[in-house]
Amino acid sequence: MLYIKCPHCGWRSQNEFSYGGDATVKRPELGKDISDQDWNNFVYNRKSLRGRHWELWQHLSGCRQWIKVERDTATHEIFNTLKATEEIS
Amino acid sequence: MTQKFRLENVGLINRNKKLSFKFNGKTYYGYEGDTLASALIANGVHLVGRSFKYHRPRGFFGAGVDEPYAIVQLYRNGETEPNIKATEQELFEGLEATSVNCWPSVNFDIGAINNFLKIFLPAGFYYKTFMWPKSFWYKIYEPFIRKAAGLGTASIKHDKERYEHKYEYCDLLIAGSGPSGLASAYAAAKNGASVILAEDKSRFGGTLLTSEVNIGNKSGKEWAEGIISELKEMPNVTVKNRSQVFGYYDHNMLVMSERISDHLPETKKFHPKQRLWYIRAKEVLISSGSIERPIVFGNNDTPGVMLSSAAKEYMKVYGVLVGRNPVIFTNNDSGYETAIEFKNNGIDPLILDTRKDPNSEIINDAKNLGIEIKNSYVVVAAKGYKKVKSADISKISDDKEQLGKIENIKCDCICVSGFWTPTIHLASQSGNKTKFNEEIDAFVPGVSKQNEKTLGAAKGIYTLQETLKDSFETGNELSKKITNSENKVSFPNVVEKKSTVHDKFWCVPLPKGKNYKRFLDFQNDVAVSDIEIALKEGYRSIEHVKRYTTLGMATDQGKTSNLNGLQLVSKIENKVVPAVGHTTFRPPYTPVSIGAIVGREVGKHSKPTRKSPMHTWHEENNAVFVDAGVWLRPRYYKQGNENLFEASKREAKNVRTNVGVCDVTTLGKIDIKGPDAAELLNRVYTNAWLKLPVGKARYGVMLREDGIVMDDGTTTRISENHYHMTTTTAQAANVLSHLEYYLQLVWPELNVNVVSSTEQWAGAAIAGPKSRDLLKKLFPNSDVSNEGLPFMGYMEGDLFGVKARIFRISFSGELAYEVNVESDYGNFMWEKIIEIGQEFKIQPYGTEALSTLRIEMGHVAGSELDGRTIPYDNSLEGLLSKKKDFIGKRSLNRDAFTSEDRQKVVGVVPLDKKTSIPEGSHLVKDANAPLPNPKLGYISASCWSVEYDNPFSLAILKDGKNMIGEKLFVMSPLKNKVIPVEIVSSHYVDPKGERVRS
Repeated sequence: MLYIKCPHCGWRSQNEFSYGGDATVKRPELGKDISDQDWNNFVYNRKSLRGRHWELWQHLSGCRQWIKVERDTATHEIFNTLKATEEIS
Repeated sequence: MTQKFRLENVGLINRNKKLSFKFNGKTYYGYEGDTLASALIANGVHLVGRSFKYHRPRGFFGAGVDEPYAIVQLYRNGETEPNIKATEQELFEGLEATSVNCWPSVNFDIGAINNFLKIFLPAGFYYKTFMWPKSFWYKIYEPFIRKAAGLGTASIKHDKERYEHKYEYCDLLIAGSGPSGLASAYAAAKNGASVILAEDKSRFGGTLLTSEVNIGNKSGKEWAEGIISELKEMPNVTVKNRSQVFGYYDHNMLVMSERISDHLPETKKFHPKQRLWYIRAKEVLISSGSIERPIVFGNNDTPGVMLSSAAKEYMKVYGVLVGRNPVIFTNNDSGYETAIEFKNNGIDPLILDTRKDPNSEIINDAKNLGIEIKNSYVVVAAKGYKKVKSADISKISDDKEQLGKIENIKCDCICVSGFWTPTIHLASQSGNKTKFNEEIDAFVPGVSKQNEKTLGAAKGIYTLQETLKDSFETGNELSKKITNSENKVSFPNVVEKKSTVHDKFWCVPLPKGKNYKRFLDFQNDVAVSDIEIALKEGYRSIEHVKRYTTLGMATDQGKTSNLNGLQLVSKIENKVVPAVGHTTFRPPYTPVSIGAIVGREVGKHSKPTRKSPMHTWHEENNAVFVDAGVWLRPRYYKQGNENLFEASKREAKNVRTNVGVCDVTTLGKIDIKGPDAAELLNRVYTNAWLKLPVGKARYGVMLREDGIVMDDGTTTRISENHYHMTTTTAQAANVLSHLEYYLQLVWPELNVNVVSSTEQWAGAAIAGPKSRDLLKKLFPNSDVSNEGLPFMGYMEGDLFGVKARIFRISFSGELAYEVNVESDYGNFMWEKIIEIGQEFKIQPYGTEALSTLRIEMGHVAGSELDGRTIPYDNSLEGLLSKKKDFIGKRSLNRDAFTSEDRQKVVGVVPLDKKTSIPEGSHLVKDANAPLPNPKLGYISASCWSVEYDNPFSLAILKDGKNMIGEKLFVMSPLKNKVIPVEIVSSHYVDPKGERVRS
């Protein structure tokens, strides 16, 4: 079971969180023209990376904040966690 | 005479407490402190079971966790448990156990014929033999294999025992209480670190209990007892016996099973049987010791052949002799310790040492005691079927290839020592890259992946002096870094016998003309010949060899078999052992009961149960409940001998003619506040929300980004910047997360807060033509007329002193209201509604009537909004705003979603107006078409229309728009039904929606 440092609450066990997918995906702006291909990429297409990966988790049974977690998908090592508002550097 | 193999005055058992127990129906006696194994051996019982594949007689091989085959079926306090190692099960008064894997009895086992047919049972036997004819598999082969194989029978009864889970955090978790565990725990505890010390046996001390050493002028056992009693007194230390750390998972999470009651005749009141610990440790010290390695020789599985360390443990800990005429077969000095112990107890052992001319302190001691030693000697084969009766022994050449003349000597046990294998399972599970240590011919932990260190024998250090020094230092260093304080303990003086190098000999060659079975894996019946066949057939990867031959699999996890198997593969392949590599060690290290894994989450505790504030009233009024997610909701209220169908029809009819009340507390509710609340709703819902006035409710549909309907419900503007959203019962949690996702990550600029208020409000839906009359009496001070509170209107009211929210919304399609009060007043509200409603013939209605009412009105719900449908499919396309963007809008122009014959919700009525239509049935054009019959749609919900008194269903039908009036067939292969039907509008009752506005 992973041990995740919530930027708001501190170290908590994985079972307090739920997974939310790739954190680098940006939703297209509302009302903006966008090609079918770009929209499909946003809705459906994700890379299944091996290695370092920024992903979203929600601290569901804690502060309910969505956070960004940099995790190695192969080793499960967690390098960094950020608040929702903090930019991935 | 009973217990004729029990020694006088030796061992750690309590001779003042005699215990009786039964094995295979026969009564025996043992002492408190025995294991089932030691008590059986004390009684001269060595035949405990039959082997897995060949059904050969099997006895005891080890004395603890290393035991591969003394597995029994245990009976305790009316329960039975399979897969119990006799060497681990502590004896208690009244214990009963039986052999497994034998039929009809352990002494006469039909399956033993496999042993004589063994030429037909080589590696991969099952794969090769049972392949044809195909039709034989289910009827003949599988039942036969199932009967013949297996390690016991699981109980099918409900387990009345209680199992607990516990979460714990500590600075250091130390697995194993041998010398390294004790020393490191002591050093760390003295520095103030929080320490958990776990020992799988009942007694602490590990090898200190059986070795002749001296620490700080105390015997090893006394020193261990001193350390343990000091640790137990320290508030920062948790000391646990009967606790096996069996799994090492990510981020230094380890799992330990504590056997709290297994050693007692029955579990004490309020005690659990077992407790599973989830431990998050900052540092982990693995002090799991080592397991003695067998030497491979002919018939080395005969009962009476066992590890020499086990024979010593049976004497020193349990005061039990494994035989009176022992042969010690060794390639190192450990065998001599066992021989000396025999000699000390008045038994004359014979030592066969594979080494030519070894010399050490221990060997000299043995010689001085007059023990007979034969150098360059091996056991070629054990003789005897159900018990060792003699041994064929021989001299062996210096190159270990040639046997000399075979001699047969009488003996009743053969104690084998092939040196020591570090127990690296936990380290390997943690991701440690293990490496091969040539000096000890075994793998040891290498580079750590997690915060883990291995100590003592578990990393191949076999002298006490070095082990203690390293463990004290490691415990001190690691804890010092965590606590920033040091209270260094002085290192005790250690006296131990020096030993000399071992012989790398592991397998006795077959003598000419003999074809003895030489076993590698005793649990899974894998012999040398099996591995040879597997390699001959082209299996190369050790992982493939493992799976093809079953070497190192199952509950044993290769504890005694792993290295000898690797030696064999490397020899045949002409590779060095590290080039062959070892298979993956997987948790659990030892079997863990399913009960412990599940914990308290059984039966009704497997999920939470949520009840509305009116639950007691429902119970008292004959409600029959149904699970709605985790909620319990009244399905119907039973009157007299009514069944579900009759009761729900009565309740629904009463709503259509008078007035009914339904508990809608379970609906998800979300409180939304902030200046940008309207903007949020406008983006989340498909319709327009910016102009909703205060005091009005609106129905809305929300989509996922892929255009699929996520949920629907009404949202009411309570005040300028305050909204009350309702969701379906099932989607409440998902919708809240969905809103939080967009507010926190996508549109953080929106100034809005959302919070669940589901449990803050109790809700009652009052529906029916007389609902307004009732409402007038409930709220005499409010204007609830059609003008004062129009359809989709909202107001606050005073319900006999309780503040209430009144929404004019309708799910039933009738004139209807929903009244909400704070949860604590829910029952008060409900009783008032029932009391005052009497004059309007009010009746409560449950979810079944609720469904009937919405189905015949054509209101879509969960069965239509099933994660596969878009707004059009549900006839909700009118709610799609063309002027604004919203979540999921861009997806709706996909080709599949806009095709001319897109599926749409329709009504379905059977032509005979009688036959009920099963939900989930398919709609087809031609009932007699060849299979697979092209499917046009499916029945999503069915009811008995109370308006028209005939069956009515909703269906999602291809090209539903153009299908009204068509005649189709409903097919339910499950129920074997074919029903001719007519497709009608989904709005079966009041298609213009006049009633809700009346």
